[in-house]
Amino acid sequence: MSEKVLMKGNEAIGEAAIRSGCRHFFGYPITPQTELSAYMAKKMPKIGGVFLQAESELAAVNMVYGAASAGVRAMTSSSSPGISLKAEGISYIAAADLPCVIVNIVRGGPGLGGIQPAQSDYFQATRGGGHGDYHLIVLAPNSVQELVYLTADAFNLSEEYRIPAMILGDGTLGQMMEPVDFSSMPEPVYAEKTWAVTGTQNKREKNVVKTLFLDAHELENEVMKREEKYDVVKKEIQRYEAHDTEDADVIISSYGITSRVVETAVKQLRDEGMKVGVIRPITLWPFPEKVYKTVHPKAFLSVEMSTGQMVEDIKLACECSTPVYFLGRTGGVIPTPDEVVKKVKDILKEVK
Amino acid sequence: MENCEIILAGFGGQGILFTGKMLAFAAMLKGKKLSWLPSYGPEMRGGTANCHVIIDDKPIGSPIVTRPDLLVVMNKPSLDKFEDTVAKGGYVFVDKSLVDREVQRDDIKPVYIEATRVADEGGNRGLANMVMLGAVLKKTGVFTIDEIEETMKKSLPQSKQSLVEMNMEAVKKGCELVK
Repeated sequence: MSEKVLMKGNEAIGEAAIRSGCRHFFGYPITPQTELSAYMAKKMPKIGGVFLQAESELAAVNMVYGAASAGVRAMTSSSSPGISLKAEGISYIAAADLPCVIVNIVRGGPGLGGIQPAQSDYFQATRGGGHGDYHLIVLAPNSVQELVYLTADAFNLSEEYRIPAMILGDGTLGQMMEPVDFSSMPEPVYAEKTWAVTGTQNKREKNVVKTLFLDAHELENEVMKREEKYDVVKKEIQRYEAHDTEDADVIISSYGITSRVVETAVKQLRDEGMKVGVIRPITLWPFPEKVYKTVHPKAFLSVEMSTGQMVEDIKLACECSTPVYFLGRTGGVIPTPDEVVKKVKDILKEVK
Repeated sequence: MENCEIILAGFGGQGILFTGKMLAFAAMLKGKKLSWLPSYGPEMRGGTANCHVIIDDKPIGSPIVTRPDLLVVMNKPSLDKFEDTVAKGGYVFVDKSLVDREVQRDDIKPVYIEATRVADEGGNRGLANMVMLGAVLKKTGVFTIDEIEETMKKSLPQSKQSLVEMNMEAVKKGCELVK
């Protein structure tokens, strides 16, 4: 058995980033992700990396923009209100086709909201979040171990496609401790960075990183090239976990920590003889729509810590062929397995 | 009692989260599945703190404990808040020095420990959590004393290894209290 360590989710992301070759971290503290910044502050100076607590979220994200332009693996992290502040910079990084990893340990919103766990930034994460036609690759882990795996994947995928990647967690995942094994995490796969602004040494044409295109046709061309890339990503990296879907009357979809609540409920429902299955999206963008076309339940149920932001993605994925029900709590409240059990029983009465 | 769902609760500064971490770490050393989830937020010394620990052989679903088999409370607000949640037949360990009422339900097993008084007599009130832990070990058998000692040695950093002995003395006092 490999050596496991007991770690908080936030700290595990930090360690996984370092093991993935990240040596540039720029942040600004906010509950409930601060342990990640603190971990980087402790570790980076010891390994020749850079940890910088910026004067604001805006400064931090633009430092990432600069570091990413130079072709290094860069990361920033925050929680909901801080991500909104970073949205402008994220849009620029996406427009410049640069790789980087952004961590959002979501808390209740909108506004300053609260500090308890939430999933109410789903729209912001999956639709881009800032202005313009762009997407992020959005990964939604549901355990401390998966935080580690997906942090490694986020760096690799971001670099492969030159699309910023977001780890979408929540306060519970950031704060909880579970045993984690780092020996099994994916190795860093470095792409060749012919585009990086690293100095020409007078030996090549200069590279330019910019996001301003005043000629409308030129800008349209830039945006459409990116769209083609998004189409490739949609084909290549739809990730999910599914089980018990074949005979299921109801298939529950949830992601992140909520999927753990759902697992507890599904076990109880199956024990009581009810046919309930699970599709857990792991990539939220691209949404794993293909799998929804291969299953035939009487109803889907989306369980979220929001007012139902993933519902429309499920409706789009199943092309509204099946009713999509919703159960959610928000503002920092976590749904209980009992609530999920009751909801499924209510649905079964309706669709039978 | 090897697999269980635990809530530990009390004032911030009593070492509630640390006690939970010892149970979680001990479970990891045994090769068990586990989760440890703290309350977080505007917590401070004197405010309330709690943590949820789940130990099982199977993967942990929800890390949030809604029906604990084992409740450890080190102040009255925590007993008021969590008494009703305890699973039928579950244990409630109460620091009797700080909680001036008894457990009201008759379908759960209360264990009263003068943890803070005993820790005070030993000259360090901060060890009351370890006295409670000792009582829990003795009564439930969730871990042995040796397993907890190994846990402390392996989980504490080098700079704090000198504290293991003091902590283990408090754990042993707690064991004796439930003889």
